[in-house]
Amino acid sequence: MLSTRFILRALGVTLVTLVTCVGCDSASRRSVGLLGSTSLQPFAEVLGEHYAKKTPGQFVEVQGGGSTAGLQAASHGLADIGMCSRALTAEEIRHFTPILIARDGLAIVVNAENPVVGLSLGQLRALFAGRVLNWKDVGGKDGPVRPITREEGSGTRESFVRLVMGDDRISRRALTQESNGAVKELVKGDLSAIGYMSLGLVGNELKALRVDNVQPTVKNVLAGSYTLVRPLLFVTKGAPGPAAQKFVDFVLSPEGQGLLEAEGLVRAR
Amino acid sequence: MKQDKIIGAILLLVALSAISGLGLITVFIFREGVPIILRLGARQFFLSTDWEPSLGKFGILSMIGGSLAVTVGAAAIGVVFSLGLAIVLTQFSPPGLSAALKPLIELLAGIPSVVYGFVGVVTLVPLIRHTLGGPGLSVLAASIVLGIMILPTITSIAIDALQAVSPTYLEGSIALGATRWQTVTMVILRAARSGIVAAVILGMGRAIGETMAVIMVAGNALEVPHSLLDPVRTLTSNIALEMGYASGAHRQALFATGVTLFVIITLLNIAALGFSRRRPARSRVG
Repeated sequence: MLSTRFILRALGVTLVTLVTCVGCDSASRRSVGLLGSTSLQPFAEVLGEHYAKKTPGQFVEVQGGGSTAGLQAASHGLADIGMCSRALTAEEIRHFTPILIARDGLAIVVNAENPVVGLSLGQLRALFAGRVLNWKDVGGKDGPVRPITREEGSGTRESFVRLVMGDDRISRRALTQESNGAVKELVKGDLSAIGYMSLGLVGNELKALRVDNVQPTVKNVLAGSYTLVRPLLFVTKGAPGPAAQKFVDFVLSPEGQGLLEAEGLVRAR
Repeated sequence: MKQDKIIGAILLLVALSAISGLGLITVFIFREGVPIILRLGARQFFLSTDWEPSLGKFGILSMIGGSLAVTVGAAAIGVVFSLGLAIVLTQFSPPGLSAALKPLIELLAGIPSVVYGFVGVVTLVPLIRHTLGGPGLSVLAASIVLGIMILPTITSIAIDALQAVSPTYLEGSIALGATRWQTVTMVILRAARSGIVAAVILGMGRAIGETMAVIMVAGNALEVPHSLLDPVRTLTSNIALEMGYASGAHRQALFATGVTLFVIITLLNIAALGFSRRRPARSRVG
């Protein structure tokens, strides 16, 4: 009965795997769990690595999922800290404790070969609402405008809508991409595209436009002259636990803030 | 053998738990999704193109249109290549070549969909953008990527259908003086017709359910597409794009999108099953 023995052994192996997995889960209890905004995720990972190096025995686990998912995770206790890359709504403020860890400029990006260097807030709104369909109407070359937006519920999108769109709706023709990286990839290859993303993630291959004649730089965000700015929040339900509090303290310390600044964000205060 | 019985019972239990998983999923998505369809009204939900969750507007017509456009496109591309492959491999190629090619085609099924999507974004999308215009992310790009992805499904089922045709048909046709090609087109393909239709429908079921690759190459715009070069959002990508964030009515609307998809795929599978059971060729031989 070779086959029956084989099956029994297979079942046994499965069982052992299950048991060890349960074990490994309980062993990692000493970590701080972060979940939420994909804009914040890479920065939280950098912070986590430095924190783990500095304080032996402590781990920081970072997961994406989006700002709203981060809030849900914090409220259900799935994560110690939720990451949120937009201002909380009046309703949400009543349920959560927000901790401002940094601020982030929202950069308007176009292809590097697009001759347009700046737009007014009104022009920007018209482009994304689909009222202006040709680049030559805003001082560019003759050609279609292809706005690129983020998916419904993304913190970056909600910040953009709040800061730029006002009562206008983003055009239904807008291409929807599900990450900063995908927006970047698209704008890099398409002369007609215009998108928005975290200032810290723009890099050298795209052109970040001046908005109302102000260059999007960390300096201008700090000075308050560049107005497309959103808060980056750690969110907890009630006061954070001791392990989480230690990590938050590290993030708000000069060292943590310095790390965030080196990565292209703007310090919290 | 007592041991056999015990193992038989264990395996039966495992099999049943897998099936009960299916039952639970079905109950769950219907319970979460159906109430909002009833509340908004079927007209509002299925026949409106206005999808604006933050304003409480949930109309999925443009996504139904998107899914259909992409699926039909994928089937058109998939059928041409799959049928060609199946005919060559069963009728014309030397046995050695078939033995080498068949596993290679099946290997296509093992490539993760995100890889297809990535290759599509990096090579196909810029190609379409530069040669045909438009944003590149389009019905066409999604159809081509999906067409390749469903190739193994359609090919392997079509091969089975063609091989199931009784050899007496081939011999009879050749004996009557028909050429090999005439035999294939006029006799064998007709005898295997129902199996081939089933293969195509199953391929379409796979295409309409595919998510990751489609999100990456279809552009996900909310407009009903007017041309092959327009971007589209499919039912699956709508769910995957917004699920992580959704709560309340928005979440329910996404489950309702899932219900729609579930019904479409079930209908496709029933159709495929119906066609594959109907084998007029065989029954007439017997």
